[in-house]
Amino acid sequence: MFKLKSLTLLLCITVPAVGMTQSPEQKGLEIAQAAKAYDKGFTDFTANMVMILKNKSGQTSTRLIRIRTLEVEGDGDKSLSIFDEPADVKGTKMLTYSHGLEPDDQWLYLPALKKVKRINSRNKSGPFVGSTFAFEDLGSQEVEKYTYKYLRNEPCGEMDCYVIERYPAYKYSGYTRQIAWIDTEGYRLVKAEFYDRKKSLLKTLTASDFQQYLGHYWRPGLMDMVNHQTGKSTRLEWKDYEFKTGLTDRDFRSQTLKRIK
Amino acid sequence: MRHAVSGLGLLLISAGAAAEFSGNIAAEAAIYSESPQFEDQFDDNLTFSFQPKWDGEWNDGDDLWSLELFLRADDKDAGREHADIREALWLHVDGDNEWRIGINTMFWGVTESRHLVDVINQIDRVEGIDGEVKLGQPMIHLKRYQDWGVLDFLLLPGFRERTFQEKEGRLRTPLVVDTDQAEYESSDEERHIDYALRFSQTYGDLDLGISWFKGTSRDPVLLPGFDDKGNPVLTPFYEQMTQAGVDAQLIYEDWIWRLEFIRREAESNDYNAYTAGFEYTFYGIQESVVDLGLLLEYSKDSRPDDEADILNNDVFLGTRFAFNDAQSSEILAGFFIDADNQSRSFRVEGNRRFGTSWKGTLELQTFSDIDPDDLLAALEKDDFVLLEMAYYF
Repeated sequence: MFKLKSLTLLLCITVPAVGMTQSPEQKGLEIAQAAKAYDKGFTDFTANMVMILKNKSGQTSTRLIRIRTLEVEGDGDKSLSIFDEPADVKGTKMLTYSHGLEPDDQWLYLPALKKVKRINSRNKSGPFVGSTFAFEDLGSQEVEKYTYKYLRNEPCGEMDCYVIERYPAYKYSGYTRQIAWIDTEGYRLVKAEFYDRKKSLLKTLTASDFQQYLGHYWRPGLMDMVNHQTGKSTRLEWKDYEFKTGLTDRDFRSQTLKRIK
Repeated sequence: MRHAVSGLGLLLISAGAAAEFSGNIAAEAAIYSESPQFEDQFDDNLTFSFQPKWDGEWNDGDDLWSLELFLRADDKDAGREHADIREALWLHVDGDNEWRIGINTMFWGVTESRHLVDVINQIDRVEGIDGEVKLGQPMIHLKRYQDWGVLDFLLLPGFRERTFQEKEGRLRTPLVVDTDQAEYESSDEERHIDYALRFSQTYGDLDLGISWFKGTSRDPVLLPGFDDKGNPVLTPFYEQMTQAGVDAQLIYEDWIWRLEFIRREAESNDYNAYTAGFEYTFYGIQESVVDLGLLLEYSKDSRPDDEADILNNDVFLGTRFAFNDAQSSEILAGFFIDADNQSRSFRVEGNRRFGTSWKGTLELQTFSDIDPDDLLAALEKDDFVLLEMAYYF
């Protein structure tokens, strides 16, 4: 009897949500929540990233960065970037505790000075190591960082995508809005357009070569970010993804930055 | 014994298998724009440095070893020609404890213009007047992580003497420091065992450190004397001292506020000193990706003028341009102004990457309106331009 009651109650709550009365804002938010929920439980992952920067005249420069990320229950992820190339920044490490709307905590280890420096993370819109990716493009994607609006469904390659608009809710974003193409099955972000503070198209991100890990979690093998205004682009080649490697909070302490290899 | 030997062999083999080699080799050319103030000082100089590092880990990263050397060859300044072990370390991680045994170089503190609380390592003075290049220090160091903060316990056997330029060198004291005549307050001399403690913790946007040191002062008192040929020289005297220090950094919006304060007690003097100030950053100036940081710091020392060091009542004004480009180009410029006598020193430093493995640094330093009684008077004629090209591997 009790079970039946709660089931009826549940139906009463959920039925209107999928019905005609749902606003595009609600639907957009639900997609973002579903995407976050889909990715939940990855626990941690490590990967190697080759970052290729290309300027307008086609000259390239390359960085090798190792990434370690720890999922944090009820907060943004903890993430560590270890630079292997170029050689003059080898051993530089960046540690980020991301938070939803609150500014992230961020530390930098400078091997030349052997110094761990707490840095100001408010600079969300600044370029990450000279690339066309901004810090905010690479940070942990928390639901509350944006407000949303569902636009439409449309095919994206062989997949079907939700097209949603999202508006940064955090301070110091370089964008007024983003349009994101998210596939309806595995919630893969396959494309995003970024509009600057003057509301003109600034950058386009395309992600491809997706692979599924642990039979569930999708990660892209390639990410291309083109800046339409400067003609610069950056390609990220993601390699050697490993999930549930046993990383813990201990591997993400600011004072261990110096020793981590 | 045989077990120990084979154990050591195994350790070296397993460590050797994972050894990584990195470092840099650099050439530095400096030209001084004015004739020297003291006899024998050179007008220009070319010097080379080599900084190789080997490291590795075993036991799944719970044990690490590292060896980092520094060598400088200098044609004209015998005082600058030196070799040092910056690191020769075994690091063992045991849960929330980290043990470091061997020679290490570490950095404490937050302010940019002066490093008051950073007293573990001796300064490698011949490598720069800013005190940011340091000599390796032998230590047994336990770092312990607690929920309420991080504790560092350091036992420091073996003292490193400060390096000084010889008579040909620029940027030196009027009389040459005769390092062969170094003397110590402690009868244990350079074998005195020093110790230090530090507590540090992050509280939201505030980082706090409290430190304590007891042992041989890294800063020598320079006393007049004579060398073996009867020439007047300065001789370094290393006192025993106790120092308590606090360092704090607070991030608020685009501001970073920084403070370092010390209380030092020694035979020659008991005094307080602090450096405090802020950095304000303009992100993406003029619609570009260039960040501009402005720094203002003030240093005060409670000692009488004639006993204090250079930054006794001085203002530091600095700017930092980060171009955020593929070459990681950066320009730093800073002014020190003595609030008592308006003596000024100015330094601008620019650096960028060339290709994948080269880094170039151009540095300009000037000293102007130097008061004859200011300690900087000895450097008054030492304005210079310096170019360094370093190859990283």
